[in-house]
Amino acid sequence: MKLDARVPAGPIAEKWDRHKFDMKLVNPANKRKYTVIVVGTGLAGASAAASLGELGYNVLNFCIQDSPRRAHSIAAQGGINAAKNYQNDGDSVYRLFYDTVKGGDYRSREANVYRLAQLSVNIIDQCVAQGVPFAREYGGLLDNRSFGGAQVSRTFYARGQTGQQLLIGAYQSLMRQAHAKAVKLFARREMLDLVVVDGKARGIIVRNLVTGELERYVGDAVILATGGYGTVYYLSTNAINSNVTASWRAHKRGAFFANPCFTQIHPTCIPVSGDHQSKLTLMSERLRNDGRVWVPKTKGDKRSPELIPEEERDYYLERKYPSFGNLVPRDVASRNAKQAADEGRGVGESGLAVYLDFKDAITRLGPEVIKEKYGNLFQMYNKITDEDPYKVPMRIYPAIHYTMGGLWVDYNLMSTVPGLHVLGEANFSDHGANRLGASALMQGLADGYFVIPYTIGDYLANNPVPKITTDHDAFKEAAQNAQNQINKLLTVKGNRGIRDIHRELGRIMWDDVGMARTDASLKRALQAIPKLREEFWHNVSVPGSADNLNQSLEYAGRVADYLEFAELLTRDALDRKESAGGHFREESQTPDGEAMRDDDNYSYVAAWEFKGVGATPELHKEPLEFHEVHPSQRSYK
Amino acid sequence: MRLNLKIWRQAGPTAPGRLEDYTADSVSPDMSFLEMLDVVNEGLIVKGKDAIAFDSDCREGICGTCSLVIDGVAHGPDRGTTVCQLHMRRFKDGETVTIEPWRAKAFPVVKDLVVDRSAFDRIIAAGGFVSINAGGAQDANNILIPKDVCDAAMDSAACIGCGACVAACKNASAHLFMSAKISHLSLLPQGQQERYTRVTAMIDQADSEGFGSCSNEGECEAVCPKEIPISNIARMTREYVMARLSK
Ligand SMILES: Cc1cc2nc3c(=O)[nH]c(=O)nc-3n(C[C@H](O)[C@H](O)[C@H](O)COP(=O)(O)OP(=O)(O)OC[C@H]3O[C@@H](n4cnc5c(N)ncnc54)[C@H](O)[C@@H]3O)c2cc1C
Ligand code: FES
Repeated sequence: MKLDARVPAGPIAEKWDRHKFDMKLVNPANKRKYTVIVVGTGLAGASAAASLGELGYNVLNFCIQDSPRRAHSIAAQGGINAAKNYQNDGDSVYRLFYDTVKGGDYRSREANVYRLAQLSVNIIDQCVAQGVPFAREYGGLLDNRSFGGAQVSRTFYARGQTGQQLLIGAYQSLMRQAHAKAVKLFARREMLDLVVVDGKARGIIVRNLVTGELERYVGDAVILATGGYGTVYYLSTNAINSNVTASWRAHKRGAFFANPCFTQIHPTCIPVSGDHQSKLTLMSERLRNDGRVWVPKTKGDKRSPELIPEEERDYYLERKYPSFGNLVPRDVASRNAKQAADEGRGVGESGLAVYLDFKDAITRLGPEVIKEKYGNLFQMYNKITDEDPYKVPMRIYPAIHYTMGGLWVDYNLMSTVPGLHVLGEANFSDHGANRLGASALMQGLADGYFVIPYTIGDYLANNPVPKITTDHDAFKEAAQNAQNQINKLLTVKGNRGIRDIHRELGRIMWDDVGMARTDASLKRALQAIPKLREEFWHNVSVPGSADNLNQSLEYAGRVADYLEFAELLTRDALDRKESAGGHFREESQTPDGEAMRDDDNYSYVAAWEFKGVGATPELHKEPLEFHEVHPSQRSYK
Repeated sequence: MRLNLKIWRQAGPTAPGRLEDYTADSVSPDMSFLEMLDVVNEGLIVKGKDAIAFDSDCREGICGTCSLVIDGVAHGPDRGTTVCQLHMRRFKDGETVTIEPWRAKAFPVVKDLVVDRSAFDRIIAAGGFVSINAGGAQDANNILIPKDVCDAAMDSAACIGCGACVAACKNASAHLFMSAKISHLSLLPQGQQERYTRVTAMIDQADSEGFGSCSNEGECEAVCPKEIPISNIARMTREYVMARLSK
């Protein structure tokens, strides 16, 4: 099968406009005859479901949580980018496009990224109209800040709760459509299989998490907006119900998985405190605007921080990257922290932390200003660690945060299964090998509010499908497939906890497929993962039954999928012998230790085709061409 | 640390429930309350026993999923803190702790400590929005909003919809939840067009869901993890009276 990204012809700035004109439209009176299934109610799913409802489609919308408003997007803190150039500081659609392609280390598709930058401005208009209370200046205009090392101030924010406010905006629009009966909502449902009929995505099998029943839903197209797979590492900043299940089961039905090894590690998280830890808490990277990162110069220096004199401290980011200092991109900051810890210079009890020190900023600006800027973050840190960052430096360490990889999609956001569209973090499309801060919210909303409402119409108009019911054999087979997995999980009756196995998987992934990967470590992981999978299927304990709310069963299903998916992620990492963005192969670095791409051999999207559990998947390559932004070695010196 | 736990177990919505005794051993002060329950559950799971069902997701105080009543207090002893952000250093070795679900007619128990809060979604669906379709918006900076007005709207918009206010109220009233949304939207210019239909529709919906009325007890404000003030309720009442008068 040849991958066709279906990128429209023409100059980059005109592609989307031309495409919008070229796409077929669905007659307004016919829209309600089409049923579109949307899985997920995060920024991508809620905005898509609401917008399709507004257009008149009949929408069925599913989520795992008890309410669509609780999707993981709610936790995003920092902000959302848009090329509004309200600050008159030189921003433009082209600059946002350029920064995103470069920030992604030249592993994304130019045409998609350009469209994202174009649509960014509409997102802000839409959200403000919904009543999203973005921060304002005294004159009443919208405020912006510079985020994640960007040279312009293009980030819009609502205190430290930007994701919450954007999601509530989308959720309110969604509930308005639910009230109008254009959208039917199904909360506490978990998608367990995709139903493909005559080669086209026609439905899903979900488990009703309250009654335990397997339910079947049929439609004319299916949209997945089910988020990222960061929790394959067990500990991450993601919500604990985040999973790869929907994507993975779609992958098994023919959707190619692209660039799974592109994972992002966030440098400023609160370090692990013990084995009981269930997730990691992110501290906004805004903190790096005023905090200085350091470790002791000498290995094993266990003195408390205030006893370590200035000259015995190593402000390593400022030392190595004089022009960017503490504001280097996430991957660079993370790798340097790991390096310090590997050298035995890490701080705190575990040695797996570095200091983020506000002493100088407090002296320069006064504690009041610091409180105004970071009060809620300092409070959160204090709550979790019982330490006061006004007095002692914070301890931070990198953690898995975001996954750039995802199901492969073309320019229309359609996967390799016709009719199956994928939005938000679940697709691979716009961030290449590294996502810039404040760009995930932008992508999720662009996909949902402004891309899919057009491209789904084109698909539906071009692909009339016969009427079928959920009695179709394909539905029976898929439901049986889901049922078999559930039965299997409940009959193992071993004596190992599900969490214990997930934790072990996380350790393998973090140690061997984490911030720095080598040929040897990846091969080690490829041995260990199938073994752990065996162990799971022989020795896991899943108590309870399938006919009611059973959180152990839900969790076990997700871990089972991770035990398969982890192998694909690792294989992709092994296959990509270059370093790029968040994927750092120790074999491929510049003399001063920076990630080194290999454009001659790896300037492609790796799209994997499923060939069976444990079997070698088939690699398909989508070559990447850069007509606008010319690949160069990233340098933050 | 070792704790004695009394935990509400209930097999399903119509099944009878009761408090059962558990012990939590080797509790570390750095654990969150939910991590302590994870450990208890892991102990049950390896013995093949049904784990205690409780809801959580973000575990950082923003999604509003977690919902436990600890020793009679919704979200437990720390002010302005969801139970997922409550840490075990708050408890003493040997202490006995009682854990129950939200209790309200409009929030029926699903299982153990898990309740059904979909009534909140229906209240928002009734009117908690601005009617704007994607694509129809003007340039964002055409709408000027003074900073203090926007900040006040944000204070109310910070509600996480957890339902602690309902659980704490002796009338099981949803007034704090509703008034936060009504304040958020009625303070902003974008919310003006539907100001009166919104407040009426939301209050009517809450009545039909079986939430009680407000008798100014203030318990809601005391347990709100986002410290949403009760002054929102006064604003909602004003809006409601205006809506009736404008009819
Ligand atoms: C702590 C944190 C802070 C962040 N801060 C920022 C920031 O400041 N700026 C930024 O741009 N990005 C940020 N991000 C990233 C950003 O929040 C996410 O990438 C984005 O919100 C993902 O949105 P989504 O709609 O794709 O998926 P999600 O919000 O993850 O939603 C997934 C949806 O799918 C549903 N679902 C999942 N699996 C299934 C299934 N099997 N069956 C049925 N339903 C299912 C879930 O119920 C949910 O409704 C942050 C991320 C984290 C973790
Ligand atoms: S789990 Fe999200 S607020 Fe507690």
